[in-house]
Amino acid sequence: MDPAAPDVPGAPRARMMLDRARWAATAFATFDRDRTHRVVEAVAEMAYQNAERFAIAAVEETGMGVVEHKRRKNEACSRGIVERYAVGDYVDAQIDTDAKIVAVPKPAGVVLALTPSTNPIATVYFKVILALMTRNAVVVSPHPLARKVSVDAVRVLAKAAVSAGAPDGCLQVVEEPTIPLIEALMADRGVDVIVATGGTAVVRAAYRSGNPSLGVGPGNVPALVDATADVAKAASCLADSKAFDNSILCTNESVAIVEERVADGLSRELERHGAHVLDEEESKRVRAALYPGGRIETALAGKDAAALAAAAEIRVPAGTRVLVAPFGSIVPEEPLALEKLFPLLGLVRVPDAGRGIEAARALLRIGGAGHSAVIHSRDPRTILAYGAAVRVLRVAVNAPGSTGSAGLDTHLAPTMTVGTGFFGRSALTENLQPRHLTQWTRLAYASDPAEPFGDFDDLQPWSVRPEPVPVVARPRPEDELTRDDLRRLILDELRELVGG
Amino acid sequence: MVSWATYGTFRAKARNVYDYDFFSFESKADFLRRSETFWNPDKTRFWQDAGVDLVIDRREGYLFWDMAGRRLIDMHLNGGTYNLGHRNPELIAVLEQAMGRFDIGNHHFPALARTALAEALVGTCTPNMRRVIYGSGGGEATDIAIKTARHTRRRRKIVSIRKGYHGHTGLAVAAGDDRFSTLFLSDRPDEFVQVPFNDLEAMEGALRGGDVAGVVIETIPATFGFPLPDPGYLRSVKQLCERHGALYIADEVQTGLMRTGEMWGVAKAGVEPDIMIVGKGITGGMYPIACTVVSEECSAWLKEDGFGHISTGGGAELGCIVALKVLEICGRPEVRSMVHYIAERFRAGLSTIQELYPDWLVGIRQDGVVMGLEFDHPEGAKLVMRRLYENGVWAIFSTLDPRVLQFKPGILLGPDLVDEILDRTAVAVGEALAEVASTPREAVSR
Repeated sequence: MDPAAPDVPGAPRARMMLDRARWAATAFATFDRDRTHRVVEAVAEMAYQNAERFAIAAVEETGMGVVEHKRRKNEACSRGIVERYAVGDYVDAQIDTDAKIVAVPKPAGVVLALTPSTNPIATVYFKVILALMTRNAVVVSPHPLARKVSVDAVRVLAKAAVSAGAPDGCLQVVEEPTIPLIEALMADRGVDVIVATGGTAVVRAAYRSGNPSLGVGPGNVPALVDATADVAKAASCLADSKAFDNSILCTNESVAIVEERVADGLSRELERHGAHVLDEEESKRVRAALYPGGRIETALAGKDAAALAAAAEIRVPAGTRVLVAPFGSIVPEEPLALEKLFPLLGLVRVPDAGRGIEAARALLRIGGAGHSAVIHSRDPRTILAYGAAVRVLRVAVNAPGSTGSAGLDTHLAPTMTVGTGFFGRSALTENLQPRHLTQWTRLAYASDPAEPFGDFDDLQPWSVRPEPVPVVARPRPEDELTRDDLRRLILDELRELVGG
Repeated sequence: MVSWATYGTFRAKARNVYDYDFFSFESKADFLRRSETFWNPDKTRFWQDAGVDLVIDRREGYLFWDMAGRRLIDMHLNGGTYNLGHRNPELIAVLEQAMGRFDIGNHHFPALARTALAEALVGTCTPNMRRVIYGSGGGEATDIAIKTARHTRRRRKIVSIRKGYHGHTGLAVAAGDDRFSTLFLSDRPDEFVQVPFNDLEAMEGALRGGDVAGVVIETIPATFGFPLPDPGYLRSVKQLCERHGALYIADEVQTGLMRTGEMWGVAKAGVEPDIMIVGKGITGGMYPIACTVVSEECSAWLKEDGFGHISTGGGAELGCIVALKVLEICGRPEVRSMVHYIAERFRAGLSTIQELYPDWLVGIRQDGVVMGLEFDHPEGAKLVMRRLYENGVWAIFSTLDPRVLQFKPGILLGPDLVDEILDRTAVAVGEALAEVASTPREAVSR
């Protein structure tokens, strides 16, 4: 409670959520691995069971993306995440006998999770499960455009968590998020770490807040296709990636940079996979409609190719999944060199792979620093040179960008929060993982060989001071009637009947 | 504006007086002298003699500072007045906003804020409750309750609990302990009968004559040191009332507003009172009012003669607006959750302290954050109170049972402050025991 804080509507109540989360976090921090695991399993299972329901609701509310693809992301961010980190341990002490160090994991405490409108449920799932794996309490602040579905999802997960023994209040949601309210929350001392996924403005605000923050930056993904690439496969990856959830993942390809020798072949293959390659006139119209005034038309974010074509008033063959817009050079004044949050793919021809790498660097100067890139090549030298040259922190190789860089179709950590590192003005340099929400207390013995290391093998840090989690029973009347309630109701009715 | 952090130093160094803008004092000693001279000599001296030289200066949340600058954690809360903390920012904001349009109102007329609060308050009570009558403090609200009971049942006699406490106005003080009534020749043993707490036979004995209008009873008697009602006791009292035609008047001044983990302690105990008294915390120490909530049956005089009870300051509209906010805050699910955490943490922490001093801290009475700590010494709580005060915690002994320390944490406390309170309490309890062990019993008390 900061009495000096300006009076933002909703802030007192929201701060109270942080206070409640603090208590929950305090209780949660003493959980051992089994108790933690039960909570995580239950929440992930509930999330998985509701993957489709919330996918439908998210598309309905935001008008963005594809139900089937959102379902897949939701599944990946529920069961998928749990399977992926099944062997990880963020609860037990780790003993390094050689170094004579015992490391005791501690949660961050209260996590303020900002979730976006683009991938609302997958991100809610993802952040919630990561936080629970690491015994953190979370307050989710959803993007206002995806408010309803996000609030609904958090409620469902919170109920599952508490039923599985999680501390009451470990999972809460800001039901009426507004920008001033979110800013007030971000600056509150009751927050231990902000995990910000969303637009640049909100991420910058998180970093300005004075609280530790893990934020992301926007993407603008170059995809180099060199002459050694399996062109057919590259085309299928590109088309699938662009069509995936209508390119709403920020890891989707912005511009295909194609070595001249294979460019025609790639275009043909792209068309075979449902892409429509625009002619010059069509490109002009698309540019004007999708980037009016040289800025991305956000109202079209996550819309499908047919909607884009309609907006640009062009005709495309039935079944078109992706629009491909060839253009000349990657320069800042070219709108087609900006980020794409819809199934439009720029296409630039380059004389050789070296020029291609330079073009990719040019694209990343315009936007997307620290984010992701893609390469289709069979030449490790080019692949390594590309990786060394581009200012991003992940490159999907011979894989779709959308799902590859997000760890769904590669062995990267599956994530909905892609750290853009110092290139991208972020403190997070990887795909967000459970360990980013964990901190360790290290008990370091004297290195002097005369000092023997203790035997910690059968010791458990969390059984030292077991604290029961209070039961906040009393179901609300609408949920369940207690016997007393029933008695009272019956008595009331009787009284009315006899006119008492 | 000077920040609070430097205010004390600034004041002391720069001007060498205690300047409070509205008034000033040369020193703490100067202030205490004037307090004895112009205000209340005995009360002023009592605390100096008790080793508690407290003069509360600035206050914020669950902390306040003595005028000498010492920080104290408030575990007294003025009987729950500061349930939501001192100068709760939400209440300040609401009061400031309200003053842009309202004042205390005119008690003769239907009043906007009074009606709005009445409706909200009735909505939080047991389903039989219907209307609210306003007073300016808990004593007046008790008087209203007693008058209402007498009107409703056309009987004069009131039964209360021995060592009960309901305030100091005419009828309330007569219902309370002799300690406060005989001084002013205000005891009326013919009309006010007292029975021991948790004694159903005595209660039945008092009611059997069929001449009792109402039983007024604190859900957990505060000034008596929060002895917990035996399981089923309050429900049985209610049944006895029904059997013998008396009304059940619940004094919820210290047990209401989530302090037992539920909005009203009496409802948690499974009792539907006929009349309920609400005070102190209902306005968070910002603009005092008190409320008497009544059932349909007990509303009769309000239909017959609405001018039957008049109170200019009672139900002041500014207070009503603050109270609306207090109810809204107390009704939040976050608060419910926190009260349970706080209560659990204290339960665990206090039992650890009890394990250290099992023969000294002989009893822990707790229902939610309503707590009484019982010490094995006739004046034990006074000793512990002083040691706690020296250790930076303010908690008060029970006037009507000085063995018991009233231990009343706020419902919005965070874990860090709770741990700090427990740490300080462990030390103070130990120090008080050491003092007792080294002093003959008779010498300890005042």
